[in-house]
Amino acid sequence: MLEHYADDETLLRDLRKRDDDAFNWLVDRYHGSLVRLAQQYVPSRAIAEEVVQDTFLAIVKGLDGFEGRSSLKTWIYRILLNIARTRGVREQRTVPFASVTAADDGDAVEAEWFLSPDEDPNRHWRTSPQRWEGIPEERALAAEVRDVVNAAIDALPASQREVVVLRDVLGYTSVEVCNALEITETNQRVLLHRARTRLRAALDEYYTTAM
Amino acid sequence: MRITCADLAALVTDYLEGAMPGRRARSFERHLARCVDCDMYLRQMRLTIEATGQLGAADLEAVPASVRAQLAEAFHAASNDDA
Repeated sequence: MLEHYADDETLLRDLRKRDDDAFNWLVDRYHGSLVRLAQQYVPSRAIAEEVVQDTFLAIVKGLDGFEGRSSLKTWIYRILLNIARTRGVREQRTVPFASVTAADDGDAVEAEWFLSPDEDPNRHWRTSPQRWEGIPEERALAAEVRDVVNAAIDALPASQREVVVLRDVLGYTSVEVCNALEITETNQRVLLHRARTRLRAALDEYYTTAM
Repeated sequence: MRITCADLAALVTDYLEGAMPGRRARSFERHLARCVDCDMYLRQMRLTIEATGQLGAADLEAVPASVRAQLAEAFHAASNDDA
């Protein structure tokens, strides 16, 4: 039975003692989410797994030099990000850099949903949002819905995808995302907003046309 | 100030993130209270966030034994370097 590490300090102390259980715990805790993250930057799952292995090796090497100025989670993510981006460039995949760019142009998505100010000063919905039949009752997400969301995430501009995967798929806080990606709170929120707006639109299309 | 439906959709993330000054949040909520369409929209945004969150759990497969073995080996190699 592995110990559960509730805080960075205890985990770091045991890792620095080269404790196997602590290292196993670290691998269990981070391997899956790091693979998920790495896949954004490189063209295949196999390469993503190599990136994650390299990340763990870099963590082991860097343990004694880690000063705790950021959380362990942020530090680990930054290591992954550096390795994955370098590898992504080598593999010639478009690498996301999380900043708002013209290519992100998210407001255009929403603009057409509402009446123009000339038509209606209250800018009401052109077509009312329709109820999504079924979804509130489903506790576990149906495989088909999962595919819809995954495809919509893949179709996002890279910088939006990077933020929404960290925030909404992996559950990082906004502060953690800002630290990991070195972007401002406002920038993070704009990218998150655009990403969520598109994901909601994809689900809306699924629920209102496919059913 | 008064919030239109288009404003509400543009501000929904600021609202959910708690990044809205109190007075503006109250205007936002007043709009929601009298607009079924925007109320539905906000509900769908929440469902979207919830659905996206469920992807995480499913994608996080167990670490393959071969990977675990390789990593453990690297960990030990690093430990021996220290010794």
